[in-house]
Formats: sequence, structure tokens, C-alpha cells
Amino acid sequence: MSTLAPARSAPPRAPRSFSITSPRRSPARLLALLALAVVVIAFVAPMLWLVLGSLHRDAGLSVPFGAGWTFDNYSKVMNATTLWTPLRNSCILAGCSAVLTVIVSSLAAYPLSRYQMRFRRMFLYTIVFSTGLPLTAVMVPVYVMFAHFNITDSIWATVLFMSATSLPFGIWMMKNFMDGVPVTLEEAAWCDGAGWFQSLRRIVMPLMAPGVAVVTIFTFVVQWGDFFIPFILLLSPGKQPASVGIYTFFSQYGAVAYGQLAAFSVLYTLPIILLYGVLGKFLGGAFSFAGGLKG
Amino acid sequence: MSATDVVARPTGTPAGRPARSHQRGPGIAQKLLPLVPAVVLLLLFFAGPVIWSLYTAFTNEALSGVGAGATRFIGLGNFRRMFSDPAFLSSVVRTVVFVIGSAVIGQNCLGLLIAMLLRGRSRAVQSAVSLVVVGAWVMPEIVAAFCWYAYLNRTGSLNSWLGHIGFHQDWLYTAPMFGVILANVWRGTAFSMMVYSAALSDISPDVEEAASIDGASGWKRLWLVTLPMIRRSIMTNLMLITLQTLAVFTTIYVLTGGGPGTKSQTTPIYMYEQAFKFYNLGYGTAMALILLIVGALFSLVYLRFLNVDEK
Repeated sequence: MSTLAPARSAPPRAPRSFSITSPRRSPARLLALLALAVVVIAFVAPMLWLVLGSLHRDAGLSVPFGAGWTFDNYSKVMNATTLWTPLRNSCILAGCSAVLTVIVSSLAAYPLSRYQMRFRRMFLYTIVFSTGLPLTAVMVPVYVMFAHFNITDSIWATVLFMSATSLPFGIWMMKNFMDGVPVTLEEAAWCDGAGWFQSLRRIVMPLMAPGVAVVTIFTFVVQWGDFFIPFILLLSPGKQPASVGIYTFFSQYGAVAYGQLAAFSVLYTLPIILLYGVLGKFLGGAFSFAGGLKG
Repeated sequence: MSATDVVARPTGTPAGRPARSHQRGPGIAQKLLPLVPAVVLLLLFFAGPVIWSLYTAFTNEALSGVGAGATRFIGLGNFRRMFSDPAFLSSVVRTVVFVIGSAVIGQNCLGLLIAMLLRGRSRAVQSAVSLVVVGAWVMPEIVAAFCWYAYLNRTGSLNSWLGHIGFHQDWLYTAPMFGVILANVWRGTAFSMMVYSAALSDISPDVEEAASIDGASGWKRLWLVTLPMIRRSIMTNLMLITLQTLAVFTTIYVLTGGGPGTKSQTTPIYMYEQAFKFYNLGYGTAMALILLIVGALFSLVYLRFLNVDEK
């Protein structure tokens, strides 16, 4: 990473100007490290309450120092209505929409990656275009439509809608991963009389397993964390996922049980942190996949 | 915009790119078959509601009051009402402030700054900083909002620290917009940081070295060499974070609920209130339509920077 390594061996001859882009002179280096330390502190500070508050008996909106460390907050939220039912619903919503997204988007990606078709380009542009539409705004007409067909408060309708919202990005990623699988590998199978489906299932999908994992995990994480969709579409508490459950808990007990709110938040966040760790492995570490978004 | 005038990008051709000339094999109907489930889902649950909103926005549909019994077509009524509704107009101003403050200035500049500071640092420093910054981004939005609610509250951590130097106040009451902007910068900076880190790592060190041998100072090098070289990433990033920030709901809803009063009520919050609290679905949908149009315009600009065949 050290981009200007040779210059480092001769510091006295380097021009004496301030630089924030090169690592070679020590005052600039020190300043950069100092600035990074400030960044780290500023980013960690708001998270502290979450971790410390969940472990302290007298946690308010700030956490007192000193005695009172306990796991009671965790054991108090670990009951069916507060934690387990919402978490189960989150698993159903995020899990089903991830699986559905992967199946549908890998099917759709195949012709987009393999065939030369007249409207292929048009389709891809439409897909990318729709990833940009503000989902918040779509929710009002979606609710009107759901109410009209009487499918509000239905987990399955919500799963279908969530999958539809993940599809554009899913198809886009899947198509890019599929482009990386050489078409020559399929030709042998075609000669043996395999159709597109067999070739997709037996040759392409196994070769792009990491890509499939990325799309699955990414969709799961996004839907797990989503609040607005289930908040609008699911009304009965028994069907709501943890994102809505935690908000209900906050508005009901928020003022008295901050420690428990923090504990609930930690338990709800943990699976995502773990999945991102896995995602990082597939993508060669360093969370580099935002690069896939840029033109 | 025609698809062909998008500038081709020479980098990043996928390995073993398939020959596009593959013409034998299945007929057109069979070729299209795998696309059917995706198209059906997208039409029913994505395009459907958007098209539906084109109708609802011109009616007085409501779950209570006049429009509840008999939904009527009222033409441009909702839009006329919108542009003479001071609450809507000021929500638009707040949304612009929110997007410029937290995305264009906050996330964009801070993300670029962190990405630049991280260049050439040791692996340990890089992973420590990105762990923390990306951690804020990975967290579910509602949990991030709780963190900031606790952080900025009258009895929260920030005040208990600032109390020592006598700078103690109820941030979410005295400066609600500032509070939600800070929270959104905190949450979103990681995205810009990752985009810029990727862009900066594509710049050959030779170019900057050449500039510095020619006597360009640090700032000059930044303005005249580095930034122009990543301008494509800057534009793409600005489009994407603007689109994301335009739609932010949860952070503001949890932190302030749009309040105190309407002091931090952005358009998504006002739209939510009108549609789901006062049940003016027609009016809410009309606002949604405006948001969708603004989003669509930004999205079209974003497409200009993207070439679907090169990625």
C-alpha cells in the first residue's frame, strides 16, 4: 500500500510541503494518524451505550461507572413475546426473501449473461434505474394496493414484496458474477444435449457459489435490518419482525428499561455482524464490495 | 438518453467474458423463459404500485373523512394543495438541507477524507478504522437510531461528557436538524469511504509522484491530479448517496419523530404522517409520486455514469 516507498528513504530531500495524500513525512503522518484517531473515537462513542448499557443494572441513556455489571438485561428480554417471536419472524421474512431473490435472480441473470438479445441492454438499464428509486416513497402506494386486495398483515405477501425490492440489485450482482463463468465450460454440456436449465444448475451455479453466497447474505442482511416495510405492511404483533418489535418495545418501555432496550438491540444486531464477517471472507476481506456499485 | 453514448470504460473486463455471438440453441421464447418469474414479481410488486400511485395521486382516497366513503377523482387537487401547503413546502426545504448537509457535505467529504487518510497506512490502522466506520454502516438502521437517541439525549452520554466543560444541552430539542444530520453522516460515511478507497487504489502512484516532482504541493496535487482522476467515482457516489438520503425515514422517525413540532420534519416523514396517521392516502400518494419523480431524475443521471456492458 505504501505508494511512495522509495521517497521514504530520503526524507531530507523531500519538498517541505504539507500533504494529506502521501505517507512519507513524519509530521504529516502524525497528523493523519491523529485525525484517524479522532475519527475512530467519534465513530465509537455513540456505540458505547449499546454495549455498556446492555450490561449495566442502572443503565439510563448514559451508563454510570462503577459496580452494577450484570447479564440481567439479557435474561429479562429473552422471552417469547419480546425476543423469540420477533426474531423468528425476522428469520422467516429475511430468509424466505433471500432464497426467493437468489432463485429468481439467478434464473433471470442467465439469459442476460448468455444470450445476445435486442432488449437486453434496455432491461439492464431498467434494473439499475429501479435500484435508485426511493423505497420510502413506494411504500404509500404499496400500502394502498395491499389494502385494496386485502393482503396487509400477510407474511407471504410481505415476503414477495421484499423479494421484489431486492430483485433489481440481486439480478445485477448475479449477472456480473455469471459473466465471470466462461461460456466454453457449458459448450461441452450443450453438445451432450443438456438444456439451459441443466447447464445453469449443474455447471454455472456451482462455479459461482461465492457469488450466490454474496447475494444470499446481502439480501438477508438488508431485509433483516429493514424497518419501514414490515412497519407498514404487518400489523399484528405476532407477525412483526424484530425491527418492529424493538421499536414497539422502545415506545412502550423505552423510558424505563434502557438496559433491556440495549440488550435487545445487541441480540438483534449480532447475527448481522456475523454474516458480514462471512461476507467479508467471500469477497476477499476488507469489505470491498462497494466497488461493485460504481460505474 | 441512448444507451450507446455511454462512455466505455477500459478497465475491469470480466475474466473469460463469454462470446456474445452464441446464436444457436434455444429460440426466443425459450430464451425469455427464465426471465418470467423476475418480470412477474417486479411488475406485480414494484411497477404495479408505482403505476397505481399514478391513479391514487389524483383521487381523494382516504381511510377516514370525506374521501373514505366514496373515492373521487379530483384531478390536480392534491398537487394544488401540496404547493400551497406551507408544511409540505418547508418539509421540502428541510429535505434539501438534510440531503446537502448529511450526504453531499457530510458523508461525501468525510468519506473522501478518511479514504485519503487511510492511503498508505499500515494494514492494522486500515482495518481498525474501517471496522469502526463500516460497523456503523452495517448496524440495522433502527439500532443506529437508538444509539444516537441515547447519545444526544438530555441525559445521554454526550451531555454527561460535555457537562464537564459546561456545554450541556438537549440536542434533539435545540438543534434537531443538526442531530439527525450528524446521525445520518455517522451511519452513511462508510459507503463513500469504500467507494473512494476503491477509486483511489486505482490511481497509479506514478501519476502523483510525477506531479510532486514537478513541484505540485499537497493541496495542488489533490485539486489538480487526484480529484480529477476520481471524478467519475465522485459523481456516481454523489448520485447514490443522494438517492439513499432522500429516502431516509427510520433514523429521523426514531430520533425526533419530525419534531419538536415540525422542526425536523422532512418530506418522507410528512408523507408518512399524512398517509398513515391522518389517513389521507390520496394526498400521501401524491407526495410519494413527487419523491419518486425526484428519485427517478437522480437515478437517470446515475445511469449516465454507468455502462452496463462493461461491468
